Amino acid sequence: MSVTLERGQEGAAEAGRPPSTAVRRSADWARRAPLLPALIFTIVVTQLPFVFTLIISFMNWNAYYPQDRGFAGFDNYVRVLTDVNTRDAIVVTITLTVVVVLVSLVLGLLIALLLDRKFFGRGAVRTLMIVPFLVVPVAAALVWKHAIFNPVYGLINGILTWIWQLFGSGDPPQPDWISSFPLGAIEMTLIWQWTPFMMLILLAGLQSRPLEVIEAARIDGANAWQIFRYMTFPHLRQYMELGGLLGAVYIVQTFDPVFVITSGGLGTANLPYIIYQTFYLAHDYGRASAAGVVTLIGTIVIATLALRTVSTLFQEENK
Amino acid sequence: MSSVTDVAPIPASRTTEGVPRPDRKPRGGLFLAILAWLVGLLFALPAVWMLLTSLHSEPDAASNPPKVFAPLTLEGYREFFGADPWPVLLNSLTAAVISTVVVLLLAIPAAYALSIRPVRKWTDVLFFFLSTKMLPVVAGLLPIYLFAQWSGLLDNIWFVGLLYTSMNLPIAVWMMRSFLAEVPVEILEAASMDGAGLIRTLRQVVAPIVMPGIAATSLICFIFSWNELLFARVLTGTRAETAPVFLTSFVTSQGLFLAQVCAASLVVSLPVLIAGIAAQDKLVQGLSLGAVK
Repeated sequence: MSVTLERGQEGAAEAGRPPSTAVRRSADWARRAPLLPALIFTIVVTQLPFVFTLIISFMNWNAYYPQDRGFAGFDNYVRVLTDVNTRDAIVVTITLTVVVVLVSLVLGLLIALLLDRKFFGRGAVRTLMIVPFLVVPVAAALVWKHAIFNPVYGLINGILTWIWQLFGSGDPPQPDWISSFPLGAIEMTLIWQWTPFMMLILLAGLQSRPLEVIEAARIDGANAWQIFRYMTFPHLRQYMELGGLLGAVYIVQTFDPVFVITSGGLGTANLPYIIYQTFYLAHDYGRASAAGVVTLIGTIVIATLALRTVSTLFQEENK
Repeated sequence: MSSVTDVAPIPASRTTEGVPRPDRKPRGGLFLAILAWLVGLLFALPAVWMLLTSLHSEPDAASNPPKVFAPLTLEGYREFFGADPWPVLLNSLTAAVISTVVVLLLAIPAAYALSIRPVRKWTDVLFFFLSTKMLPVVAGLLPIYLFAQWSGLLDNIWFVGLLYTSMNLPIAVWMMRSFLAEVPVEILEAASMDGAGLIRTLRQVVAPIVMPGIAATSLICFIFSWNELLFARVLTGTRAETAPVFLTSFVTSQGLFLAQVCAASLVVSLPVLIAGIAAQDKLVQGLSLGAVK
């Protein structure tokens, strides 16, 4: 960091830079040099594979039948989009993402509002709240599957037995939660893990409110609901968008709980699971790649929205 | 860098429901405090249950109704460590440390070129990094697997660590940039006139700003690397198996194994739990890519 430091000057020059000379150009490269390793690494490791995925998606390629390898045109796409399993997986992916993001966001908002007040042990409650996010996803899914949802010895049915015994009944309901609500069980696990994420971002948003303005509104006679509706909520909106979209980006890619809780059975396979299954278990590389490209296109839509939100926040921060 | 504990005291009148009562403690306060505690406990319950079950004997752990006050035992942990999980935990640690170190080595210079001495169109570069994080890694899984197979890098923990580096790099670049942007360039310029002053400035001005950023970045990289399952499952075998892959051996378990599952889940989660709880504020910054300060 000992070389010339001239951010101020550069910031001013950025809008209208004088035409480059040879000296200027070498200075430009000196500036770019620290950036290049990271940039090249990222392009090679994250972007190049997508290009190959795109190429393979137009090929007939099954590892079990290596002699049949060749150009397939749009066959893989036709197979992916007409296959019932993949179409179901698209629906599951969308349902899972929307349900988990919305429920986590609403719960996260309510809890953030609760924690935005001063009360005894607020720091301790916040710590309790973030514990779910810090349990390794595979471990969380295992605990929910075996220790909570299990019909014979899971916690939920255990509590049902206990309550029924309190009232002297020996015949408590013992539903098999995962078989009855397979997708619900996965959503429950994910909501448990992602509500803390939303809560943390929204709490940070709440604590960045301009308190003087709110105080002024209160003195002018605004009631608590009006303050929430017209001041807190608009301020929080961008944080809700940020939390929702970042959450969506991660949850679209969810693999762990689907793999652990149902192994993709009972109509819970989402696109990442289907891709894993088609490639790793069925070794149909062409079709797995076509499914990958479909997922990619779907995510680009969400990602564009997310990038726009981050960009809005970013511009405000850098004003 | 706000946290619940270090923000200025919030006036008690700042409630979100009920009629405003300026400068008076609202009557609903106690109720809302109790509600907050109950919600916190409810969310922690599955984790507490995991801890309690891990400390019960297998028959007690699998009883219905639950035996909450059954005698405590380390049987589940003995069982888990009896299966020699150390190589697996060591693999996870290796992958997480490799990726965290390489991420920092790549991200800090990049962040420097995006904040202190910015390249032209630095915002475009920044958003390019972010866009790579938003695309589903699963879509690149097959070519990466084929490459690993072709180059003999299958079941190699270093290869896995480098892949985690690429997954974490965008987050790290964003975070480090947002921290480096706070470095007061004028002071650095003045200090760079004489070398001794520069070193002192780096230590007294730059380090206090940059070190928390490095800590936050390391925390996030470590957590995401430690947690990753899909790539590890596809790319590792017996030698480079990581802890999440090891845990998947419990997916279809039958019989008395509940205490052992909970003990294993807890041990594997422990590093993340400790690091995350110790650095809660860093967690928020990292998860929001530095957008939330």
